[in-house]
Amino acid sequence: MYEPLDKSSLTLRERISGFVNSFGLPRLIIAAFLLVLYIAAPFVGAGFWIQISNTINRFSWNAIMVLAMVPMIHSGCGLNFGLPLGIISGLLGATLSIEFGFTGPMSFLMAILIATPIAILLGVVYGWLLNKIKGGEMMIATYVGFSSVSFMCMMWLLLPYHSPTMVWGFAGKGLRTTISLEGFYDKVLANFLQINIGTLSIPTGTLLFFALLAFAMWAFLHTKTGTAMTAVGSNPTFAKAAGVNVDKMRLLSVVLSTWLAAIGILVYEQGFGFIQLYMAPFYMALPAVSAILIGGASVNKASIANVIIGTFLFQGIVTMTPTVMNNMIHMDMSEVIRVVASQGMILYALTRKTEATK
Amino acid sequence: MKNMSFGQKVLTFIRDNTVPIMFVVICAICIPLSGFSFSYLLNEIITRMGRNIFLILALLIPIMSGMGLNFGMTLGAMAGEIALIFVSDWQIWGIPGVVLAMILSIPISVLLGAFCGKILNMAKGREMITSYIISFFMNGIYQLIVLYMMGSIIPIKHFSVKLPRGYGIRNTVSLLNMRQCLDNLLAIRIKGVKIPVLTFLIIALLCVFIIWFRRTKLGQDMRAVGQDLNVARDAGINVERTRIISIIISTVLAGFGMVIYLQNMGNIATYSSHSQIGMFCIAALLVGGASVDRASIGNVFLGVILFHTMFIVAPKAGAQITGDSMIGEYFRVFVSYGVITLSLIMYETKKRKNKSLVGQQLAMDQLSEEAK
Repeated sequence: MYEPLDKSSLTLRERISGFVNSFGLPRLIIAAFLLVLYIAAPFVGAGFWIQISNTINRFSWNAIMVLAMVPMIHSGCGLNFGLPLGIISGLLGATLSIEFGFTGPMSFLMAILIATPIAILLGVVYGWLLNKIKGGEMMIATYVGFSSVSFMCMMWLLLPYHSPTMVWGFAGKGLRTTISLEGFYDKVLANFLQINIGTLSIPTGTLLFFALLAFAMWAFLHTKTGTAMTAVGSNPTFAKAAGVNVDKMRLLSVVLSTWLAAIGILVYEQGFGFIQLYMAPFYMALPAVSAILIGGASVNKASIANVIIGTFLFQGIVTMTPTVMNNMIHMDMSEVIRVVASQGMILYALTRKTEATK
Repeated sequence: MKNMSFGQKVLTFIRDNTVPIMFVVICAICIPLSGFSFSYLLNEIITRMGRNIFLILALLIPIMSGMGLNFGMTLGAMAGEIALIFVSDWQIWGIPGVVLAMILSIPISVLLGAFCGKILNMAKGREMITSYIISFFMNGIYQLIVLYMMGSIIPIKHFSVKLPRGYGIRNTVSLLNMRQCLDNLLAIRIKGVKIPVLTFLIIALLCVFIIWFRRTKLGQDMRAVGQDLNVARDAGINVERTRIISIIISTVLAGFGMVIYLQNMGNIATYSSHSQIGMFCIAALLVGGASVDRASIGNVFLGVILFHTMFIVAPKAGAQITGDSMIGEYFRVFVSYGVITLSLIMYETKKRKNKSLVGQQLAMDQLSEEAK
């Protein structure tokens, strides 16, 4: 029944021409720009392998949050600008795990375990809401994210946390804005099987963890439920006629996306070494959204390859522009370039002819 | 409406005005807790009315033409800021400075508005999220121009404006010599409450303009476009052009509004003044009872009063309740975002309900046709 949606039915040639067509001009410019940066790096005194390691490192931190975009795009809910909601579940998991006194790798595992039910609960509510307002998902998702972050700002101060590593020293209550993860799960994945060759270092554990989740996502999208979800995204009327429960599929995708965002922020923290609270998650959706779009996804089409390519390109630009541009023209224009490239990419995707799915 | 009981009428009233009623309740609780005197509050609110109303009025026209809340009004704010930077570089102060800044902002606003309108025409049906991203995108371009091109390519001379490194604009540009010059001219004081008559006159003028504009041919066209794109197109209205014009008008007005706002504040925070403007204006408008597809001048006034009362009293009231002043600060930010979220949800659910109602009506009609 879902045969036409199956990619394997296309011939290789169709695939290649389709790939070239879908590559798009802005993506080409960004890829070319990054290539120029890599070529220029050794000439301006920025070590090539250090740059590569930085990019891979940042890739490993961010990839899961970009992966979180996939399920909602598949089910036709559009780009998940409400990512901060999932991030908050992750932060709750992280802080509660430390509060309960877990340390070392155990604290990471517990953070995931605690974050999961919270993410599922919030995801169900969020998904139920998005089912009520089909057609206006993206704008409302943005503001659901904003309101939840600003609501949690109050909660971080009010919730009865007591762990001395997390609360303000002299007040004895209220969480700090940044909490160091030393002794907890700092680099717990990254140090697993880490490869060091000269100046190149690869955080194998984190990459493997991402690969595991990405593979699980790929496998899920090829199960019966996964195909049904894609069908809902590409043609809801057809899916309904075929007996798929549209609302249930959308709900499932939102829960998945929220959960992945929660895991994503935990992985980000273990790489970064700090938990950032309060306003930090506020704009975290935008880099993830632009990354998957740079990787070739559109408002209603995304694959695992898009996630990998997009995160690599986006994080490449984020790490490369400050060092290379600074050394080249002694002007730190990286912020401007990052904003223009990433927001420009989102704008480009929003203005494509692909209709927003109703 | 007539055969509804009193109770039903009250219920409909509450349902149609959920957000303003919620805010009246919040304010009623917070005002006594904050312990501010009545004259202090009144003074603050009148100042903030003069500062913000013009900006918020700029949102009305895109709503009329069915383009939703114009998050791209930030573009107008940027134009106003750029104009003010030039004026303060040329050291033209007082009323002439304000007027010149307004005039200078027009071409920049028109350019930015046309750009925004063009892009929104390519993204019909998701104007709001697109205009929201445009404001971020333009913020990048704005930084490029103000931080790197001003002083190096665009001539900026005065040391008080330029960064010591030779190009780029300082983090704050002082408008001390221009501070409240509009507000103080013709201002009257009643028992210590300052009323900036000239600013209110300008606002009144804009209100008259908006009322008049609704009745012109162009205004009628915009309402038609707002009602139904395809019907308007069939009626021979150039839909794309009408939509672009409505965004341009909104951007130009936002530029003027920003000049008024900044002359009241007395300085420009070059890289952050504009970033929150859109959010606060939209929140204030929605608090006044407007929705994504319907907003009136009354909504603007009510919204400014309620929203800013909350804004003034929340930190103090929050400190009273919880003993922590940050709670109140976060609370007002949360309420601003919460209000926008709630209004957007109510608008979308209403739209869906109406759609299914129309469908049911159609089915009923067909049934009765068949019965005949």
